[in-house]
Amino acid sequence: MTALFRYHSRVFALMLALAVLALTPAHAQDWIRIGSSLSNQRIRLGAADAKPVGADPEIPAFKASFDATLFNDLSSAGIFDMVSKSFAPPGTPGSPQEINLPGWATEPANASMVAFGALSTANGKLTFNGWLFDAKNPGSPQVLGKQYTDNATLDTARLLAHKFADDIIARLGGGLNGIAETKIYFVSSRTGSKEIWAMDYDGQNQHIVTKLGGVSLSPRISPDNSRLAFSSIGKEGWSIRMYSLDLNRMVAFPAGIAGGSNFSPAWSGDGAKLAFSSARTGDSEIWVCDASGGNLRKLTAFRNNSSPTWNPRTNGQIAWVSGRTGLPQIYTMDSDGGNIVRMTDGGYAISPSWSPNGQFLSFSWNRKYGPGAPGGQDIYAMDIASLKWLQLTHDSGSNDFPSWSPDGRHIVFERAIGGRNAIWTMLADGTEQHELTHSGRDFMPNWSWK
Amino acid sequence: MIAKSRLLTSLVLSVAVLAVVGCGKKEKPVAPVETAPATGPAPTAQLTATPSSITAGDQVVLSWRTTNANTIFIEGIGDLPSSGVKTVTPTVSTSYHLVARGDGGSADATARVTVEAAPVAVAVANDGTGNSMSADEQFHANVQDIFFDYDSYDVRPDASGALSKAAAYLASNSSIRVLIGGYCDERGSNEYNLTLGQSRASSVKQALVQAGIAPDRLRVVSYGKEKPFCTESTEECWQQNRRAGFSIDR
Repeated sequence: MTALFRYHSRVFALMLALAVLALTPAHAQDWIRIGSSLSNQRIRLGAADAKPVGADPEIPAFKASFDATLFNDLSSAGIFDMVSKSFAPPGTPGSPQEINLPGWATEPANASMVAFGALSTANGKLTFNGWLFDAKNPGSPQVLGKQYTDNATLDTARLLAHKFADDIIARLGGGLNGIAETKIYFVSSRTGSKEIWAMDYDGQNQHIVTKLGGVSLSPRISPDNSRLAFSSIGKEGWSIRMYSLDLNRMVAFPAGIAGGSNFSPAWSGDGAKLAFSSARTGDSEIWVCDASGGNLRKLTAFRNNSSPTWNPRTNGQIAWVSGRTGLPQIYTMDSDGGNIVRMTDGGYAISPSWSPNGQFLSFSWNRKYGPGAPGGQDIYAMDIASLKWLQLTHDSGSNDFPSWSPDGRHIVFERAIGGRNAIWTMLADGTEQHELTHSGRDFMPNWSWK
Repeated sequence: MIAKSRLLTSLVLSVAVLAVVGCGKKEKPVAPVETAPATGPAPTAQLTATPSSITAGDQVVLSWRTTNANTIFIEGIGDLPSSGVKTVTPTVSTSYHLVARGDGGSADATARVTVEAAPVAVAVANDGTGNSMSADEQFHANVQDIFFDYDSYDVRPDASGALSKAAAYLASNSSIRVLIGGYCDERGSNEYNLTLGQSRASSVKQALVQAGIAPDRLRVVSYGKEKPFCTESTEECWQQNRRAGFSIDR
């Protein structure tokens, strides 16, 4: 019972922290400040199906893809209570003249906000004219009105929905940008070798990036989305390798080769530095260098160090895994190697990821590790300042490699159930867990920075 | 069609989310618990034989661990304490069967040791000419895997025989360069296990260097848990994966 209470008080603490984070920016909309806390009461949002305009036979397919993507983006944002489609008032509003605002504002929809618009094609372009209206303020309802257009394809229909969703979230989400256009990089063995793959944040558009054969691990996308760092085994052993997403090919990174044992790269939040594990002097230590590979230096001095992650807020601290006292634990240090602090008090703790606001570490922890011990490997979030933690996954497989979304509201992670590894996503409080990959064995997700 | 099923998925998801939110205040559903007899907790038994494959005349270390048992024995060996280690020298392939009995029932575990007849060629391994074994066969007969304890990279006392044999072979075959691979069992993180495998391979390299082998003949690579020798989720299999393995570095 005490444990249960403790658990809930921690949930509350994290939700509170997330709420504080969400409310901090000065340019938050008026109605957010007068509304109650985001953590307790989500914004009731209606999303009308897009109105198809014109006789293009492809429009129904574009509309179906757009509607499903928009509703999913808004539902999974973590800040909305979506009006079920069956509660929507009759009609498909395509413009401010056509919206039945009183119908949306009253039962059963009871929406605070309504998103709607019209989808049309012309000259090979797909265009969405979208609006966001405040249903409780009929005198001056418009919060957002914007036109989105691009080449007419199904992918574009999804992209326009992502952009509209991100614009809605940017206005209603307390100043944090949405994540609908972000990517997740991961490892998959579905071609027979372990290669780096990419997908949209919602699991759509899964595609292979590297084709090196063998084993490639630990993908980490640079903050500007231009380069993908990862480790790969070759004739000389393990190297940190680089793939340019601008050039769509491998590019040289000589600093990541020496010693044949280079693992787990990590970009600093400004993209200027890389940290990684290297055994070039004999033992696996944490090294840092400039993004070009220059200014290479060793930060740690004991065995078995891996999995660095930078504090992306300050770029002045690194969290990592060290087995210096036996089983691996999470530590933090300044980026010059000083001021080492042990964060976890036992068990088997691995794979830290630093939250975008610098306040939390998420990691994988088996608190009762050992031969025959009943412990499970679960994802946890820890408040850096207080070392208080919250368990995010419970009784579901073996969980590893958490990675924060850039808005800090979501965590993507690897879950293995019965020998099948897959990529899952959840809100940062552990709720709304669902699988993103449904094919092959997939590992080590990494969420893009924007 | 895809869009329809995606919409359906979204709807189902949002319903599921509502359901989850709805029980947020309640205790989460209790996971199925293993049923134990009313008389007491069920015993558990684990048994490993290391190495699990030997040449006749070599020693095997049996290690076992049991819980909630008051009668423990290995068939053909006799009664034993609840956990411990015992060295045996089987001359033919043998399955060791551990039985643990307690108030809550009984449990058993089996470890198999495969015994190969001693190759005659070992005695003339450094001769090189007129030998029926290939260079790789000679190498593997003389330079054998070193096994490690759980989450450890310390070379165990029971590895000293294999290490001296390997060092002697490498000393008399000075042209051979060696790749030492560090391996881990399937548990834990890929990334951390790469450092653990690194330390295991390094420990073995250090031991060979101390035995007089030039360090520049020995190259180390960690495979972590990426290249398991054995893929079952059993302690016996895990022990086979917790090792340093050798190959000729060409």
